[in-house]
Amino acid sequence: MTTHAPAPPGAPANAPGQARDAVPRPRRTPARAASVFLSTHPRTRLALLLSAPLFWLGIVYIVALVLLLVTAFWSVDSFTGEISQTWTLDNIITVVTGSLYQTVTLRTLGVALAVTLIDVLLALPIAFFMAKVASPRMQRILVIAVLTPLWASYLVKAYAWRSVLSQDGILEWLVAPFGGHTPGYGLPATIITLSYLWLPYVILPIYAGLERVPDSLLEASADLGGRTWPTIRLVVFPLVLPAIIAGTIFSFSLSLGDYITVNIVGGANQMLGNLVYTNVGAANNLPLASAIALIPIVIIFGYLFLVRRTGALDNL
Amino acid sequence: MTDQQPAIRLTGLTKEFGAVTAVDHVDLEIAAGEFFSMLGPSGSGKTTVLRLIAGFEQPTAGIIELFGQDVTKRAPFDRDVNTVFQDYALFPHMSVLDNVAYGLRVRGLGRRERNERAMRALASVRLEQMAARKPSQLSGGQRQRIALARATVVQPKVLLLDEPLGALDLKLREQMQVELKEIQRDLGITFIFVTHDQEEALTLSDRIAVFNDGRIEQLGTPAELYERPTSRFVADFVGTSNLFDAERSRDLLGREGHHSVRPEKMTVTRDGLAGEGVVNVPGTVVEAIYLGSGVRLVVDLDDGTRVTVLEQNDRDRIHDDERGDRVVVSWHADDVVHLGTEVLPGISG
Repeated sequence: MTTHAPAPPGAPANAPGQARDAVPRPRRTPARAASVFLSTHPRTRLALLLSAPLFWLGIVYIVALVLLLVTAFWSVDSFTGEISQTWTLDNIITVVTGSLYQTVTLRTLGVALAVTLIDVLLALPIAFFMAKVASPRMQRILVIAVLTPLWASYLVKAYAWRSVLSQDGILEWLVAPFGGHTPGYGLPATIITLSYLWLPYVILPIYAGLERVPDSLLEASADLGGRTWPTIRLVVFPLVLPAIIAGTIFSFSLSLGDYITVNIVGGANQMLGNLVYTNVGAANNLPLASAIALIPIVIIFGYLFLVRRTGALDNL
Repeated sequence: MTDQQPAIRLTGLTKEFGAVTAVDHVDLEIAAGEFFSMLGPSGSGKTTVLRLIAGFEQPTAGIIELFGQDVTKRAPFDRDVNTVFQDYALFPHMSVLDNVAYGLRVRGLGRRERNERAMRALASVRLEQMAARKPSQLSGGQRQRIALARATVVQPKVLLLDEPLGALDLKLREQMQVELKEIQRDLGITFIFVTHDQEEALTLSDRIAVFNDGRIEQLGTPAELYERPTSRFVADFVGTSNLFDAERSRDLLGREGHHSVRPEKMTVTRDGLAGEGVVNVPGTVVEAIYLGSGVRLVVDLDDGTRVTVLEQNDRDRIHDDERGDRVVVSWHADDVVHLGTEVLPGISG
């Protein structure tokens, strides 16, 4: 009901000229003048906002990438070791037809796919627990726990796995009583280590995606008779698919480019990154290295194209 | 099931969230086919009771029976109740038709059969032509009707509605109220309707439970609640009331306990009214608000009590009262409602 104080009859409230607490006018400072100028000049505002990032993207990023592509079509003089800037398709043909490159490409692709699959399978339940089950406090703790490994050096983590997977390492000690053995150094070790390294990059987007799915949708599904599995298949999965794909792009492309992990735990196996490394360094053949580097770029573009056709990129 | 069996029976229903008791020993029976409303301010426990019936929350104590069957421990998908959510909770990645057909799909019905039934449900809310659209392409009122079609297509025994009209504007709201009532009559199923809007509850319901602090403050038909509130809280929450505390009641009305008089039961005149049982009290007009259909007058009685009077805009109303006018406020002793003697911590008057 009414709560205001009764005003005396005939006396208008807040009559003009009545003393009120004065509100100070904003002071005219140079910063304020600049703000006024910018707020009325949208183009200047846009130019100031974008010039630095565009410079970085244009010069440092695109040019470097284009140079890489161009280099792939040059060759190296085998006597002097100088790069000769004559156009040739030799490097590309070598990379496409050479059996070494085909084997290594397939191996790299296999490793990247395996890592991506394992990461998604591990990340889904973890992300679901974080987003939908854990208390808000637990949620924060888990996000920090997922992020913490990213603060440690990549090399340290790879060497840690080398020690875990070694013949007298902790894994052997753990599974030996059950008749198991450590896989030792090789492709399985590479897949395990890479899955570990990229897992946070897969968990975080899926977690963010699940966070955006309102709880009421899960309740609505249960309310309409949907048990756990139909709810996951028909409601949760389609809604977080874009987030899952975002995660797979990370794990897939990071795995495609890796050459350090495979060096540390991969035994004698080589991946595309190793071939690039040897050609740049020991073999001094930058054009061939560039041509090899084009392989993962082409694969990633192919993957993005496939993903785009599913419509999943629209929501990224 | 028999006619005697209530659709819903709650016995000693209690829900605690940590130290907070959201629902406090609620006992309630809702008859089959009834349009039942749970009315109360936010935080009064009405939505929690609804979520307990739906199965989204597990009660701390108490029993929930659905047509005589104990469903307290059952999962939401094992209960013959369906919910229309406050935010509608339509699946954004599915078409309207797939949304409505969802309940049939998870029950294993074939595509043709479920689409046919979903189309019929869409027709019942007059939205067949929207079947191929996505929920995001619909207006609020349309989404609301889709949510209704989705919940009713699986033929629940009880339909739970959680402030379903809360997000709609006034005109659409009034239109949807009429439609809801029609749909309920057509389907003949029990509706349990949660709202904080007392007018909506009065308009729609067969019976209303007024919630306050996790308890049912009063249970009755709209007329009972409006005409004979039993507590200060109900008198104030359902409609507007002029409340007189124990002291004022003694002075003005010569009665013990708290009392209330509805604004429309009061009359403002220059000289007062004659007649048996009429109370005349002089006062000063503080505010006169033109409402179109009537005028709301705020009058300070001479003893300092502030009352609100609702005057109809009919031909008999000849004088225009203004701020500062001296008037006499009159009401009939029969229109004074006794609210009990204890001091209740309800909303202040």
